[in-house]
Amino acid sequence: MSDNLTGLTPNAADHNSRFSKKIKMQVSTTDKMISAIIYIAFTLFAFICVYPFYSIIINTISANDLSAKGEIVFWPKGIHFQNYVDVFKIPGLWNAFVISLGRTVIGTLLTVGASAFLGFMFAQEDMWGKKFWYRFTIITMFFNAGIIPWYLTMRSLHLTNNFLAYVLPSVVAPFFIILVKTFVESTPKELQQAASIDGAGTFTIFYKVILPISKPILATVAIFSAVNQWNSFQDTLLLVTDSKLYSLQFILYNYINQASSLSTMVNLQNAGSTAMASLSTKQTTTSIRMTVTIIVVAPILLVYPIFQRFFVKGIIIGAVKG
Amino acid sequence: MRSHSMRSNSIRKFLYISPFMVLLAVFAYYPLYGWVYAFFDYMPPIPLSQAPFVGLKWFRSLVENQVKVDQLLQVIKNTFGMSGLSILFSWLPMIFAIFLTEIKAVRFRKFIQTVTTLPNFISWVLVYSLAFTMFSSEGVVNGFLSQLGLIQSPVLFLQNSDHVWITMWFWATWKTLGWSAILYIAAIMSIDESLYEAAYVDGATRMQVIRHVVLPSMLPTYFVLLMLQIASFLNNGLEQYFVFQNAFNKDTIQVLDLYVYNLAMGGGSYSVSVAISMLKSLISVVLLFSVNGLSKMLRGEGIV
Repeated sequence: MSDNLTGLTPNAADHNSRFSKKIKMQVSTTDKMISAIIYIAFTLFAFICVYPFYSIIINTISANDLSAKGEIVFWPKGIHFQNYVDVFKIPGLWNAFVISLGRTVIGTLLTVGASAFLGFMFAQEDMWGKKFWYRFTIITMFFNAGIIPWYLTMRSLHLTNNFLAYVLPSVVAPFFIILVKTFVESTPKELQQAASIDGAGTFTIFYKVILPISKPILATVAIFSAVNQWNSFQDTLLLVTDSKLYSLQFILYNYINQASSLSTMVNLQNAGSTAMASLSTKQTTTSIRMTVTIIVVAPILLVYPIFQRFFVKGIIIGAVKG
Repeated sequence: MRSHSMRSNSIRKFLYISPFMVLLAVFAYYPLYGWVYAFFDYMPPIPLSQAPFVGLKWFRSLVENQVKVDQLLQVIKNTFGMSGLSILFSWLPMIFAIFLTEIKAVRFRKFIQTVTTLPNFISWVLVYSLAFTMFSSEGVVNGFLSQLGLIQSPVLFLQNSDHVWITMWFWATWKTLGWSAILYIAAIMSIDESLYEAAYVDGATRMQVIRHVVLPSMLPTYFVLLMLQIASFLNNGLEQYFVFQNAFNKDTIQVLDLYVYNLAMGGGSYSVSVAISMLKSLISVVLLFSVNGLSKMLRGEGIV
């Protein structure tokens, strides 16, 4: 019986046709059930992914006292935009915005330029010690001295409290170099050969032949490296004590931390009951924290939907040969 | 003559990249010199040149000093626990990708993919800020629960040492699951169409197709990623645990990277923290090469 279920045999075709109908019906109901489960599960996970962002946005534009009590759950209440006006009056926030923007722009330009050039150079057959230098570069992806030796080195190079510390260490980025190299190697060799025969040197070939055709992969590298720069927090934490060099991420972290110690204290004092005494200060820390969060996350939320398809393709190109 | 010009050409090409190799040497290789701090009794204001050389004192202290041994054991336990959890669930992105590509409605599928990869692009500080908004004592979840009358006093989700490993695993999964699935989606897209057709002609059900066609073609990708994950077993990173740490969960959240940071930057014990850092890097390299060798033996090709 169970044999009949798995497939048709010619001599029992008639008998089995009834069974196959029955199988099809069964299949379609289990299929429907599987589909339903898939749809529900993915919708749920998507909700979990999006809701925190949505929640913060509606909280920043709702009445601050309601928001501080955690009453804004699905819809904004008492809509106002004063938080966004006020938050830029905080001393240091503009400065941090400029620092974050500056390191993102400069760092990205340097990283993209270096990744493009090195990716192109490592795709050249005739470079002295090519294999060695390529490995020299790639190994750093898997091996590092550790965070404290790195910090001590940066200190001995006088790169603490120095803007260069934000952009210099990430100039040579092995992963991006692999992406560009793989891409350049997938382009027809004749392009470079023809240019070479016409008398073009290495730089001319790079600039006139490779750069124009590498735009898609370079855009991918640019967006990744911009996101990395914008999100970077650890280097400020380790290397910067001068508040003029604080990044937005660092400022945001400080705000959450203040709020968390504040709320912890309040909770310990009042043993769980709603704290009335410090309500006014609490609601300002909450609204400031949330508004700064939105300012820090906004560039990513704005850029992400435009480039998402783009860098998915980019990562797949790079993944073909890892 | 010709070969001479070719040789000078190939050296010139190296000279073009040499400034970048210098940068790499400075920022990736020179820090290895920082390991010498592990062999000195280094106290921050005094320069290293005046610090006394103590040989292996700090390495010995890791196994001799009972307080430090207990601390380190707890830290190693946390590191193993949290890395172990993520390895235990390392098949999730694969399953995610398989079922996502089962969705026939293209728009819905694209929407899900866009939305679930978003968290990968925000920093851990932002994740923490979102977590704080949701789960702090006056956060959205507590507000919602008390509105429903389910709780009297707020639940302290974040100041809790009981389920730290699980919650840390949850946030890491929330952040990376959708993005990690992309490689598997690429692998699924490259499966030969005729394999599906053959399976359907043989009367395979949907689950049978997944089991006998899709899953086997995923396994090489899964294997490579698993190997890489095992190789970086000790490297949980600092940022996630740093932002989520507080006075209440400190014991269960400290992984090696965070412990090393706290020892040096919090306690000023540079030398001992460099010693741990150094051991960690060395063990990681050994792990990477063993896993690479294992991969070569089993599959005929390495992962690095």
